Amino acid sequence: MTTVLERDGLRGAVLERSPEAAKDYKGKVAPDWCPGCGDFGVLNALQRAVFELGKQPHELLVVSGIGCSSNLPGYINAYGMHTLHGRSLPVATGAKMANHELTVIATGGDGDGYGIGGNHLTHIARRNVDLTYLVMNNQIYGLTTGQISPTSRLDMKTKSTPHGNLEEPINPITSSIMNGATYVARGYSADIKHLTQLIKGGIEHEGFSLIDVFSPCVTFNHDNDFAFFKPRIKKLEDEDHDPGDWKAACEKALAWGDEIWTGLFFESDRPSIDSMEPVLEGPGLARRPLGLSDSQSKGLIEAMM
Amino acid sequence: MSSKGLDLTIAIGGAAGQGIATPGNILARILARRGLHLYAYNAYQSIIRGGHILLMVRTRDQEVLSHGDKIDLLLCLNQDTMDRHLSFLKAGARVLYDGKKVQPGEAPDGVVLCPMPVAELAGESKNKLIQNTISLGMMMSLLGVDFSVLEEALSQLFVRKGPAVVDENVSMARAGFEHAEANFEPFPTPLPDGGKPLAVWTGNSALAMGGAAAGVKFYAAYPMSPSTGVLHWMAANARKLGILVRQVEDEIGVANMVIGAAHTGARAMCATSGGGFALMTEAIGAASMMEIPVVYINVMRAGPSTGVPTKTEQGDLWQALGASQGDFERFIVAPKDTLDAFNTMAEVFNYTDRAQCPGIVISDLLISEGTYTVDPDLIDMKPAIDRGSLLADPSPNGNYLRYAYTDSGISPRVPPGYEGFVHTVATDEHDEDGVIISDEFTHPHKRRKMVEKRARKFEGIAADVPPPELEGPAGAEVTLVGWGSTYGVIREAIEMLADHGVVANQLPIKWIVPFHGDEVSKILTAAKKVIIVENSHSGQFARYMRSETGFAAAGHIRKYDGEPFMPHHVVEGILELVKGDSEIYVPYQEMIV
Repeated sequence: MTTVLERDGLRGAVLERSPEAAKDYKGKVAPDWCPGCGDFGVLNALQRAVFELGKQPHELLVVSGIGCSSNLPGYINAYGMHTLHGRSLPVATGAKMANHELTVIATGGDGDGYGIGGNHLTHIARRNVDLTYLVMNNQIYGLTTGQISPTSRLDMKTKSTPHGNLEEPINPITSSIMNGATYVARGYSADIKHLTQLIKGGIEHEGFSLIDVFSPCVTFNHDNDFAFFKPRIKKLEDEDHDPGDWKAACEKALAWGDEIWTGLFFESDRPSIDSMEPVLEGPGLARRPLGLSDSQSKGLIEAMM
Repeated sequence: MSSKGLDLTIAIGGAAGQGIATPGNILARILARRGLHLYAYNAYQSIIRGGHILLMVRTRDQEVLSHGDKIDLLLCLNQDTMDRHLSFLKAGARVLYDGKKVQPGEAPDGVVLCPMPVAELAGESKNKLIQNTISLGMMMSLLGVDFSVLEEALSQLFVRKGPAVVDENVSMARAGFEHAEANFEPFPTPLPDGGKPLAVWTGNSALAMGGAAAGVKFYAAYPMSPSTGVLHWMAANARKLGILVRQVEDEIGVANMVIGAAHTGARAMCATSGGGFALMTEAIGAASMMEIPVVYINVMRAGPSTGVPTKTEQGDLWQALGASQGDFERFIVAPKDTLDAFNTMAEVFNYTDRAQCPGIVISDLLISEGTYTVDPDLIDMKPAIDRGSLLADPSPNGNYLRYAYTDSGISPRVPPGYEGFVHTVATDEHDEDGVIISDEFTHPHKRRKMVEKRARKFEGIAADVPPPELEGPAGAEVTLVGWGSTYGVIREAIEMLADHGVVANQLPIKWIVPFHGDEVSKILTAAKKVIIVENSHSGQFARYMRSETGFAAAGHIRKYDGEPFMPHHVVEGILELVKGDSEIYVPYQEMIV
């Protein structure tokens, strides 16, 4: 059921409803992304994935940072947090730790996640928090009108690099595997069906899932646009790739030429921190009563005597 | 041990790595179990081995308000300690040292030198720290304490290391005790016994325990002196108390992680010091914008920058006031002592829950790392918990607006996970429904209404925060104003001033935001002479108070050398300032530690 609210000065906003189709995961407002932006495909795939998994809107918490793609929580029918630039992962970690009953999804861009938030990505991977991180990687800073990002190619000319980029781009796939992420995948926003499967796999995976998505910026990145990717994109699923083989995964992830690989590069069953932490046995911390019991209080006082 | 009752300070000096903490802890336990009050101040340096440490354990038969002005019993574990401190001792003081290794130099008249034949007493022992145990035995004799008391304390301390270690320590302590009995005159009055046993804690453990009692379920931190004790307490007690504790990659991560936890409805907190707090500031504004209650503790050390990591200062007041961009709502509170630190945690959690905004607790090295006794019956482990409008109306009516405009400004809060309340919170400005109005839907009228809603909400709750009250005689010649940790030393200085014929009172400030400008103004304009006492060079508090009240104090006592005020510093400052020739007095720190 869909309810449309009249809102002064705004488009009709939509209240939470029981989803009967992926479109029922549409948010209260329509995305303000540029027409043709890759992020539409990612939003679409995420909505399909949570629908196909039967997740109810109130069970989901979508946490983003800042940037074009980080506006996503406002566009999906789920609980959302639109946090600070680069900080979606620690906020999402805190939320998951304090209520592990929630399905937590972090979203953002390459600048947000691999640049300003890079330190958090390193450590959430080794910490193996059970959440899914969806990075809309357009290899450019879009909302600030076009400067290099950590994934911009060498020699790329932008407003901040008029003579060409001198810095080697980061490879989020290999670095996340090295840092201990237990589900590492790459998608392409033009292949929504494939991306939906990758996101579903990430949500179902118990541990930290990084899904890097080529999500072209049609306004500011004319080097890595849909025309660039279309002939190059290949799927690991069509190959004989073993996601348990981290070396093969890294080799495939580093390929950047006529063939650029997408799909599930690496997966391991290393236990998530949520499952290792005895304090989290039982209901979410946020749902437990506050304060100390008599015996806890007595023990604390006795330890001081 | 004057006519005013017991007032004795035992100091242990040496280098880091010489095992000063253990005899310090044993002394504290022995004193507290006899019902004696104590405060132990550990002057140390940022070094793991070497340097100079001086642990001062002051004990009284009443509340200990500061580390005092004197040393009665000095244990020198090395020559450096003797060289630094002997000349400051007064007649009647005793000095313990290894007679073979440490040269006493010239002792002031009446100071009793008590050389210990450490090698002779230690015999076959290969324990490098055995000197400490022998010294403890000697101290018991000088203090007139039965050896059995120390024997029991040592047995408890070393029980886990096995009977051989217990036996060695007890026999060494006994050798020291017997040597002192035979050779040195004890203090004229033995240490009193039989009082109600007291508990021993540090300010950091009081802050942590206060959080636990207030219902904290999530604690995150990056280690930083002098706040690390909060992390250690939380980590040690986490599993027993059902608190999730995480050490995080940096303070930015910490500050944001607690926001995520708090948003789900758990009470969450973190602690750091100035440098880490600097990294947290953007998140504090984010919590305020998203209207998420969360508590940040800044345990101040001497700044700026890396500063002096193991020394105290009150130099982060303006940092706390300016901690994040824009106009935003937050509480700032500075507890005055350890028990107040404990109680403050529940208070600030209740206020922040009610006002749905962050709270900043300012402590400092002096409170946080000091070891204090406390009457266990005064520790309220079940403080009142008020979560404000959290889940006030959990039945969905299809019209939930997270940031609903209300008369009070308080919008009922429902955390993620509840059906029928789905919404997004945002650090961008947003409308009642959480939809951002920072880009496509920019709207000046909505922006204004939302700014006013948040402000109204805060003002309503802030009105419940109690104003400061004048302590001491009305109509006093001098009114002393301090904030946070200076409370105790000012109180002691006021008692001492009576001997100089100066009647003084104190206006201690605990709540920085909200600051009760009208009440403070009223009290201070009626005062005869106002002197502000603070541990900062620029008078951060004096300037803040002036900005909030328009009131300029007549005198200022400021200390910024890293060491806390001793009572005589404040007394001498007041005696100087009441002459009216100067406005600022900066005490000289005699003891070099």
